[in-house]
Amino acid sequence: MMLLDIVSIVIGALLLIIAFVAIQSKDLIKSVLFLSGLSMLAVVSFVLLKAPDVALTEAVIGSGLVTALFIFTLLSVKKEGSKK
Amino acid sequence: MKKLFAFVLTIGLGVLMIFSLRANTLFPEFGDVSIADRISALFLDKSVNGDNGDVVFGQTTDAEDGAANLVTSIVVDYRSFDTLGEVTVLFISSLGVALLLGVAGKQKRLALNFKPNFMLRVGSRALFGIILMTGVYVILHGHLTPGGGFPGGAMIASSILLLYLADDEFRTKVKGFKVLESVAGSLYVIVGLLGLVLATYFLQNFLPTGTVGDLFSAGVLPIVYVLIGLKVGSEISGIIDHFLTEGDLA
Amino acid sequence: MIQYAAILLFVLGLYGLLTNRNVIKIIVSLNVLEIGLNIFIISIGYVSGGIAPILTSVNNTSALLFVDPLPQALVLTAIVIGVGTTALGLAFAKSIYAKYGTFDLDEVEELK
Repeated sequence: MMLLDIVSIVIGALLLIIAFVAIQSKDLIKSVLFLSGLSMLAVVSFVLLKAPDVALTEAVIGSGLVTALFIFTLLSVKKEGSKK
Repeated sequence: MKKLFAFVLTIGLGVLMIFSLRANTLFPEFGDVSIADRISALFLDKSVNGDNGDVVFGQTTDAEDGAANLVTSIVVDYRSFDTLGEVTVLFISSLGVALLLGVAGKQKRLALNFKPNFMLRVGSRALFGIILMTGVYVILHGHLTPGGGFPGGAMIASSILLLYLADDEFRTKVKGFKVLESVAGSLYVIVGLLGLVLATYFLQNFLPTGTVGDLFSAGVLPIVYVLIGLKVGSEISGIIDHFLTEGDLA
Repeated sequence: MIQYAAILLFVLGLYGLLTNRNVIKIIVSLNVLEIGLNIFIISIGYVSGGIAPILTSVNNTSALLFVDPLPQALVLTAIVIGVGTTALGLAFAKSIYAKYGTFDLDEVEELK
């Protein structure tokens, strides 16, 4: 029980730090990658809260597909910028 | 100045939320929840239409709803109407993406500009099969283990994403996805209407539910989850395709 | 403890929405807000000492102490809706860039 408390405090602090970096970072790619890491930590907290279904869904969608969509948008934009 | 104002505003909101939740006696302390006072107690015992006693894994037969995964039994049985609405929202958002990014006439792939070597090409084809099989497994066992149509469909979409990443020339047939998506969506509604005709209300579980814990159990639930998985998978694959193509003019 | 972190995550996402003027950063903030909200909704249903709401051959009867499955079912659909809204937002961002050549909303206002 003590271990669970300590782990949840560490996870909560890490969640807040990574979210702050993701929002404040000037580099767009870095911001997106920190969002992916935030998603991964959210998966850990879902497992701690005994929600395996939600953890599986968040792991596939939050840190996989959403990140891919962000990266594709930034890539296509970079292409157009270099053309001009 | 504007940042300071936003900072004060959001900190005030956070303090207000925490203190109002602490002062509210109806809001339970973290971890100190009594399930028996909530409606979830009925979902857990599968006794919404009258008391059926406890459910035992592998022994209870013909329960009200035969899923061993209690989250699944809520998502596609007790609250299936919510899920139908949710699938509609996803359909509308993929329609919006197609409207905004779809270009009439000839389309070309967004080139990722690297040459895939032999290992990458073969390895990605092999991994594609494994990820696809995992997705199908997760969908089919949605009523027994964690998972189900939503994560399984997303896994199918990520296997398609892998093919797109590994090969610059690769294009899927978007039209096939559109057909699959609309067929799965209409079949979901038809299953609901069958419940209305064969039993008493829309989306009712009209098949026999079998023994809790068997693969062939839970009546209509696995069918609905397969349909949801196909729909989610084809929709997200379509979204990925739209993000990776661009018109000739752009 | 995780409940407070979830509330603060929600507030942090709102702060990002109010201060950022870059479209991509606004969508990132929206995702942060959504993750905080999801963790908060799940944490309402947590029972200390409860087990995950799946009947198996080990935890084989519904008389055991389970975690509340209803918030989990709601969040399961909310995550998938989140990917739909994110995709739609990114499509808007892409078409904004195609028209104005920038992601910054301030520069878009000037170009009008």
